[in-house]
Amino acid sequence: MSAAKTTGTAAPTEGVASSAYQQASVYGYSAAGPGLVDRRRARGERRWWPIVGGALIPLAVLLAWWATTEFGDIPSYRLPSPADVVHAAGELGSTGQLWRDVAISTQRVLQGFAFGSIIGIVIGSLIGLSRTASILLSPTIGALRAVPSLAWVPLLVLYVGIFEPSKVILITIGAAFPVLTTLSIALRHVDPHLVELGRAYGLGRLSLLTTVQLPAVIPALVSGLRLALAQSWLFLVAAELLASSMGLGFLLMDSGNNGRVDRIFLAIIVLAVLGKTTDALIGLLERWLLRRWG
Amino acid sequence: MTVLDTPTAAALPVRIAGVGRRFPAPDGGERVVLRDVDLDIRAGEIVALLGPSGCGKSTLLRLVSGLDRADAGQLTIAGTPVAVVDQRSAVAFQEPRLLPWRTIERNVELGLPRGTARAAGRARVAELLRLVQLDHASTLRPRQISGGMAQRASLARALARNPGVLLLDEPFGALDALTRLTMQDLLLEIHAAEPATIVLVTHDVDEALQLADRIVLLGSEGDAPGATIRRVLEVGKKRPRDRGDAQLAVLRAELLSLLGVESHHPENYITQAIKAQRAKRAGS
Ligand SMILES: Nc1ncnc2c1ncn2[C@@H]1O[C@H](COP(=O)(O)OP(=O)(O)O)[C@@H](O)[C@H]1O
Ligand SMILES: [Mg+2]
Repeated sequence: MSAAKTTGTAAPTEGVASSAYQQASVYGYSAAGPGLVDRRRARGERRWWPIVGGALIPLAVLLAWWATTEFGDIPSYRLPSPADVVHAAGELGSTGQLWRDVAISTQRVLQGFAFGSIIGIVIGSLIGLSRTASILLSPTIGALRAVPSLAWVPLLVLYVGIFEPSKVILITIGAAFPVLTTLSIALRHVDPHLVELGRAYGLGRLSLLTTVQLPAVIPALVSGLRLALAQSWLFLVAAELLASSMGLGFLLMDSGNNGRVDRIFLAIIVLAVLGKTTDALIGLLERWLLRRWG
Repeated sequence: MTVLDTPTAAALPVRIAGVGRRFPAPDGGERVVLRDVDLDIRAGEIVALLGPSGCGKSTLLRLVSGLDRADAGQLTIAGTPVAVVDQRSAVAFQEPRLLPWRTIERNVELGLPRGTARAAGRARVAELLRLVQLDHASTLRPRQISGGMAQRASLARALARNPGVLLLDEPFGALDALTRLTMQDLLLEIHAAEPATIVLVTHDVDEALQLADRIVLLGSEGDAPGATIRRVLEVGKKRPRDRGDAQLAVLRAELLSLLGVESHHPENYITQAIKAQRAKRAGS
């Protein structure tokens, strides 16, 4: 792949990442806030509404897609029908390639996300709680974050090789920054009144952290984790598009080269489903954390 | 009145001797906030610190609690110096400062001394919630209760410490007038049940008159920078006090005039009494 093409793909993905940033942080706070819960309660029995309501637009899109391919005049090598995509899924599923690609991609994302979150939480806590750590680390971290993520790829390939570690490391880099940033900022802005209260009631550094500071930043931490997860999928596809022989990114690349639009659609839909599913797991984690400290 | 099952810590005396505190000023110099503060507080006494806003009342309270260090002078509780965040005292701040993610019950629990056994702690919290009439709200979150209830929870948390000295920084300042009166009565009930020494910061003259054994008036005097004690008034009336009491009215007028608020009554028995008292003081 040429250099020009690489930057061409990098620019729009960066855009997606930053808009996901804003969305997720807004969502993260409102989900923990009182307004939503109260309104939900006021709706009472209508538990089915969020599920059915959320399914309306995808169903409408599916219908429009089907109608376009059924009654429109578009050849199926430009726009495959839903049935074509289902067929492609059956085809790739029966050879086992689809499951292998899904499994390897999910594994890479989860590994990179796990390493990245842990690194982000540790460094983010250090920077957020200690002025010295902030003075020592912040400029370096800021500079590293400023490097466009894909710039690491050639270096990783050269040093680590084209195999698993280089992809997981790239995802780790992508996942660490959102967690680190949101957590350190949130820790620095914990209500100083509450911190003083903790001190007045004899809490030491560690119990202050677990009793006051960490619970106070749970909403921010969770939205950081959400962003990190979105970044992980983003970086996964980037890594797999560039150098791999397996995974959903490879499937996309390969299908593009062979003109298999149905498989491209399939890969995109699978990525959407996987992304949403893992995001829902973060929602469960949030509920558990809020209950644990609630 | 609530009868308490748990033995509480004994009230402790506080001595403030020659205490001063300066803060760095924005212009790079220093600003004296408190100077030469001398005050002996008896065990079990209720002392009100009264003074204009920004004169250093909270600063003095923070010095007694050990949250802040004095630049000059000594502070002792029961004869030993005040430690950094001294656990013999407990503070209730002007804002309730409840942890929003914890229930009221678990917020009060935060006040228990370290190493309290679980069962004993739970019993103590339940007892305190009864005392401040919050037993019905124990499982609610701070955002689900009113300002008055939050202040009572904050008070219960401070009492959970079993403090020898209870430090209250304008605890009812943000409450509406009616709730404030109820809270004052409640505080006296609490004091009868758990007789800690109480140092109460207030800018409300009537609150001071209603609650305190002695009222300490803080403010600047002469040209010297910083606030110090201008006057200590013995209220010397048994509690509970009648809010319309004539003797209290005399003290109120005196306090108001010391604070620079002229009472607009024409010459009457109160102003005459004040004049007589001043003349007596000047003479002695
Ligand atoms: N940590 C601090 N740093 C600098 N100035 C302070 C600090 N704490 C209090 N002050 C100043 O000391 C003065 C007295 O404050 P405070 O004790 O809160 O007054 P009060 O409680 O009587 O209204 C104020 O002018 C305030 O700005
Ligand atoms: Mg104050």
